[in-house]
Amino acid sequence: MKILVSVKRVIDYNAKVRVKADNSDVDLANVKMALNPFCEIAVEEAIRLKEAGVASEVVVVSIGPKTVQEQLRTALALGADRAIQIDTEQMPEPLNVAKLLAKVVEAEQPGLVILGKQSIDSDNNQTGQMLAALTGRPQGTFASAVKVEGDKAVVTREVDGGLRTVELALPAIVTTDLRLNEPRYAKLPDIMKAKKKPLEVKTPTDLGVELKQHIELLKVEAPAARQAGIKVDSVDALVDKLKNEAKVI
Amino acid sequence: MSILLIAEHNNQTLNPTTLSAVTAASQIGGDITLLVAGSNCQAVSDEAAKVAGVSKVLLADAPAYAHSLAENLSLLVKELASDYSHVLAPAGTTAKDFMPRVAALLDVGQVSEIIAVESADTFKRPIYAGNAIATVRSADAIKVITVRASAFDKAVAEGGSASIEPLSQVCEAGTSAFVGEEMVKSERPELTAARVIVSGGRGMGNGDNFALLEKVADKLGAAVGASRAAVDAGFVSNDMQVGQTGKIVAPELYIAVGISGAIQHLAGMKESKVIVAINKDEEAPIFQVADYGLVADLFQVLPELAEKL
Ligand SMILES: Cc1cc2nc3c(=O)[nH]c(=O)nc-3n(C[C@H](O)[C@H](O)[C@H](O)COP(=O)(O)OP(=O)(O)OC[C@H]3O[C@@H](n4cnc5c(N)ncnc54)[C@H](O)[C@@H]3O)c2cc1C
Ligand SMILES: Nc1ncnc2c1ncn2[C@@H]1O[C@H](COP(=O)(O)O)[C@@H](O)[C@H]1O
Repeated sequence: MKILVSVKRVIDYNAKVRVKADNSDVDLANVKMALNPFCEIAVEEAIRLKEAGVASEVVVVSIGPKTVQEQLRTALALGADRAIQIDTEQMPEPLNVAKLLAKVVEAEQPGLVILGKQSIDSDNNQTGQMLAALTGRPQGTFASAVKVEGDKAVVTREVDGGLRTVELALPAIVTTDLRLNEPRYAKLPDIMKAKKKPLEVKTPTDLGVELKQHIELLKVEAPAARQAGIKVDSVDALVDKLKNEAKVI
Repeated sequence: MSILLIAEHNNQTLNPTTLSAVTAASQIGGDITLLVAGSNCQAVSDEAAKVAGVSKVLLADAPAYAHSLAENLSLLVKELASDYSHVLAPAGTTAKDFMPRVAALLDVGQVSEIIAVESADTFKRPIYAGNAIATVRSADAIKVITVRASAFDKAVAEGGSASIEPLSQVCEAGTSAFVGEEMVKSERPELTAARVIVSGGRGMGNGDNFALLEKVADKLGAAVGASRAAVDAGFVSNDMQVGQTGKIVAPELYIAVGISGAIQHLAGMKESKVIVAINKDEEAPIFQVADYGLVADLFQVLPELAEKL
């Protein structure tokens, strides 16, 4: 079985987010970029399935400008076999990403597609579900455990009240939650080897997909700052403030 | 304008996040139809019909919808959607699962987790874990939107008298099946509905020590939450996680104990009305958002606090 993993290049989760002075967007100039944490988990899961003999090949795909090749190389260093970049000027919105991925799925016929549940920049949490809809496949979103049993995937999902397990007919789409696994670090020799692994570049036109804008970004602002509070020096003082000043207890 | 709002429920009662989504819907304007899809969920539709501002309730009662499988729900909502200008749902894990699927079936974009309605097509939503607020406009004929419940007041649950219309069609994709669930049972209020939340982080040391937090929570009638580090370390279950990738809460009082205040945690609680931080490190970033900070050892503070409340 082949596994396709879709990975996104995003701001490093430790980097400070600054809004541009003209409020047009977040300023990403000279900001550290990285593999989206949920995508890192997706890559790790695919590699583990390969190591367990469930998967035969792990293909990673990323959509965006040439810079995304950096994250594809990271995924290759972690153990993916080959990579595909779909070259676009900017990061397209989820429906466009899903349409492009649907074409890759059509061509590659993976048994499983693993995506992150959410990009930590746009916080959309949409792409995997949209891809599942476009390909007519079942989905196991927010996965904290994935088992492949014959022609089925059994996925444990993190839901509001606890955990829920579903059984999906393969081929299926899975999106990762944080506790699915702990990603490994790439070793230096693997980083060197990854440079020689195949990386193919395609365009939306090659795939016959026309990108459309559905959601227009009008403005980006910094959130309202909270008033700095005060320090209290004892439990008594705290209880007093909560009772008599804030009046919340 | 006409709005289809998909209710969140457990087949027995309406989740209060639905009431917040009704408020968002009424800010958009137009007729509001509530869809209750589930199994043996008649009681939910009765409750839904009483919500102020709702003009009609659609009841889709079938085993296919018992466990909110996205494959089935999205087919149903897609069939209904063409009669509406907006499709809304409160952004719990159920809607996060099926709504993007609906959007893709309709060939439209989705606006995730709105926190404000600017006009019928323009909304505000947090991005970058709440470190920036985006204003976005949807160009699609049908607007698919999830609503961050903590950002909207709840609509009045009583007083309405909407008609209830049962739906006969059953949509079943046949590609997925429910196997089982482990739901956490608790006598405490749910995190997203609680007036007071007491949360513990890695500083709690282990799961047993959460008993110290529980004693404080008991005194306040509070829900208990946690940071991801506390969940990852196995102190408490995953459904207690507050943050960018956990639950988003905005109670009247949030008490963070042994939590450093990483941006991913703040993303889930910084809209709380009053924030208290208890941490032994006076440099902890949580103090930058706290109204009242107490620099102290939590193992001394918690028993004393439970006693003095
Ligand atoms: C993609 C991504 C998503 C994430 N999503 C979330 C999320 O949704 N929610 C979330 O919470 N985190 C999330 N995180 C993790 C986040 O970055 C932090 O690692 C996490 O919040 C830290 O938890 P903590 O504050 O409990 O632990 P720490 O940062 O280890 O802090 C522990 C604190 O306890 C204090 N302490 C220790 N002992 C005592 C004592 N005896 N008395 C008083 N104070 C004490 C310490 O001074 C310290 O400040 C996410 C991370 C990533 C990468
Ligand atoms: N530009 C992209 N290239 C590749 N994968 C993407 C891209 N955008 C989103 N994804 C995938 O979709 C997941 C969810 O993203 P989102 O729906 O944007 O929150 C990510 O974790 C990725 O796996």
